[in-house]
Amino acid sequence: MAKRILIADDEPNIVASLEFLMKQKGYEVRVVDNGKDALDAIASFTPDLVLLDVMMPAVGGYEVAQQVRANPAWAGIRIVMLSAKGRDVEVSKGMAVGADAYVTKPFATRDLVAKVKELLGE
Amino acid sequence: MNAADAASRGTRQRLRFAVAVAGAFAFVALAATATVLLIAADLDPSQRGALSSMLAEHAPSVVVAALIALAATALLLRPLWHRYVTAPRRLAEDVRIMLAANPAHRAAPGGAREMAALATAVNAFADRHAELARDVDRRIADANVRIEEQRNRLAALMSELAQSVVVCNGEGRILLYNARAMQLLRKPLDGGKAGGAHSLVGLGRSIFAIFDRNLIIHALDTMHERRRQGLRNPVASFVTSAPGGQLVRVQLAPVAGGHDAAGFVLLLDNITRQLESGHRRDQLLQSLTQGTRASLASMRAAVETIASFPDMDKDARGRFIGIIADEAGKLSARLNQTVTEFADSLRTEWPLEDIRGADLIAAARRRMEARLGLPTKVEDVDDSIWLNVDSYSLMQALTYLAARLRDEFAIREMRFALRAAGTLAHLDLVWTGAPLGFETTMAWQSDALEMGGEASPLSLAQIMERHSAEMWYQIDKPAQREYFRIALPRREPEEPPAQPSPATDSRPEFYDFDLFHQPGQSPELDGRPLAALAFTVFDTETTGLDPSHGDEIVSIGAVRIVNGRVLEQEVFEQLVDPHRKMSEEASSVTGIDDSMLEGQPTIDRVLPAFLAFCEDTVLVAHNAAFDMRFLHLKEESTGVRFTQPVLDTLLLSAVLHADLGAHNLEAIAERMGVNPIGRHTAVGDAIMTAEVFLRMLPLLAEQGIRTLGQARAASERTFLSRIEY
Repeated sequence: MAKRILIADDEPNIVASLEFLMKQKGYEVRVVDNGKDALDAIASFTPDLVLLDVMMPAVGGYEVAQQVRANPAWAGIRIVMLSAKGRDVEVSKGMAVGADAYVTKPFATRDLVAKVKELLGE
Repeated sequence: MNAADAASRGTRQRLRFAVAVAGAFAFVALAATATVLLIAADLDPSQRGALSSMLAEHAPSVVVAALIALAATALLLRPLWHRYVTAPRRLAEDVRIMLAANPAHRAAPGGAREMAALATAVNAFADRHAELARDVDRRIADANVRIEEQRNRLAALMSELAQSVVVCNGEGRILLYNARAMQLLRKPLDGGKAGGAHSLVGLGRSIFAIFDRNLIIHALDTMHERRRQGLRNPVASFVTSAPGGQLVRVQLAPVAGGHDAAGFVLLLDNITRQLESGHRRDQLLQSLTQGTRASLASMRAAVETIASFPDMDKDARGRFIGIIADEAGKLSARLNQTVTEFADSLRTEWPLEDIRGADLIAAARRRMEARLGLPTKVEDVDDSIWLNVDSYSLMQALTYLAARLRDEFAIREMRFALRAAGTLAHLDLVWTGAPLGFETTMAWQSDALEMGGEASPLSLAQIMERHSAEMWYQIDKPAQREYFRIALPRREPEEPPAQPSPATDSRPEFYDFDLFHQPGQSPELDGRPLAALAFTVFDTETTGLDPSHGDEIVSIGAVRIVNGRVLEQEVFEQLVDPHRKMSEEASSVTGIDDSMLEGQPTIDRVLPAFLAFCEDTVLVAHNAAFDMRFLHLKEESTGVRFTQPVLDTLLLSAVLHADLGAHNLEAIAERMGVNPIGRHTAVGDAIMTAEVFLRMLPLLAEQGIRTLGQARAASERTFLSRIEY
């Protein structure tokens, strides 16, 4: 069965590439553009991995990660944070709230795909 | 010594002389009688009888002889008396005069030779003493002049400082400040909208009305602690907001005086703009990094996706190319926006100063004329343009250009122009008669500046870059003028520059060291001498004369008196919008018309500021009852109460000159020798009243009126007596 990936980002231009890439790699993909929808989608879609943008309207990426980690049922979900904030303090906050990886924009798509594969144990 | 004294002393002297003569005569008579008696004792009785009968027979002769003896004694004694009694007494009198009344008086040598010598010696001694006294006086005068010079130099120095300086005594009362401080520590009346502001700085005022007491006490404690730790020059600093809302960095240092600090100095820097520009730089950095990252991420992902999947269908490829184009457009737009928005912050950090363009040009002209001997002229200079420059290097640049034009093209005159061009200023160095080649101007711009042995590591191009400026060469053929144009950003002056103090010889009033000895002012004022009090002398102008029928204040002017001086630089002057029309009479007397009052702050805004200005002082006004009536009628609506003691120069004048009829301000001023200035403006009248009041103080003292309580009591008595009649 194909692994499921949730993409939560409010910038359609990056989402387009990510969605295309992930689908090409054979994942089942769903896209949301804010944190609240992301939490709903996590509950209904039960992804294996979330590509989570930090800066989103309403509920931000940090909050989403915290809520995911607060729920033991979702302990298996991998979280990759994507952020335009690249300072050390922000990276360490991302890792602290429960991200498995923190990727600073811009990034090489090859590296991102590799990171996703690694986290999904493939 | 008066005439009666002199007469009685003369009588006494004559009496004493008579006693002396009588004494001497009695002695001679006694001696004669004794001789006769001794002779008689040796004689036998018949001879004794003959003698006595002979004496009896010649009694008249005996009496005549005695009288002759008396006269002889008196004649003999008289010069002796004069030489040995009168002369020393005169000498004593002379010495007394020298000591007590007139040091220049000298003793007249007289009497015996010994007495004359004594008088000469005394005179020599007096000469020596007078010489010493003169020397001491001269030294004191010299020292006073030096102290005054130093004070004035200090005051002048402080007024030139770009920093704001306030000096306080141990109690936090202001002893000294400069014009910059007065400007910085203004409080706008109406949220800054309708104009009008009053400065909170003033001699004798408390610094705690400006800055939080705890903040300063904390800084003082820090300073003392550092001093205790053995730091030589302890300074404490903090950042706080000024009453006008600016952010101020305050440095606080002690004023040394004996063992304890006698006070402290505050150095104030307005760092509002620095902080703003720092903040903007942060914003810029964020907007550049985050915004760029997001766009780059989208573009890179799209490009890599296309590259990774060369077989992707046309639609998908088109979508990704669209994304790239879209993000590239966003990036360009963001870059443009950043450059325009943050132009100030993008500039290299280099210490630049605000200077008026006209001043820069004047300095450059002086330099060219002095260094190069080149005559200079001004074509067209906009006085209102301010620049933010490193004036030294810019002046070097201008001089360098002029020097090369003179040396290589024999240009004999340079001209200057300065005009505004949008957000830029065009500073032109103009000449006639020598077209420069393109290569020449290029070379000049990149050569290191060098002239007259003075080399600079910078080139013209670098200096321009430092100022975010551009420079080019242009020919205006029809006008036959050629010029180098320097285009550089204009600068809005941060705050109007300190007004130069009016050119008077009177010493500046920004300091009063006598306040070092001023005890804190208490409400128990009545017992204090008038000379030691601080006064606010004020005057109001009104729409008419009847406050109870709706007439309103349209102007308040006030000036303070501290330590017997009118502080003319610390005036309160504010027009007030009365929300009603001026009466015609009032308009013609005051020169204030309705249009001047429109948009001025209203009375409920002005009175709190005026109350703050009056803090800790006694109010003085001419015909104070009139002004106080207007103020008191506003108590209810504004909540501002004026409870200070009040003195009225009209009543005081009546106390001093009960018999002279006129007590209007003009008449009193004339009587007191005060020149009227700016009459019928509130401030002009207030200053005149203040001068009059100061001149009244010594006259009041002559009548035994020295304290505030006495002055108020005397005023009240006069007031009652005037009512009675």
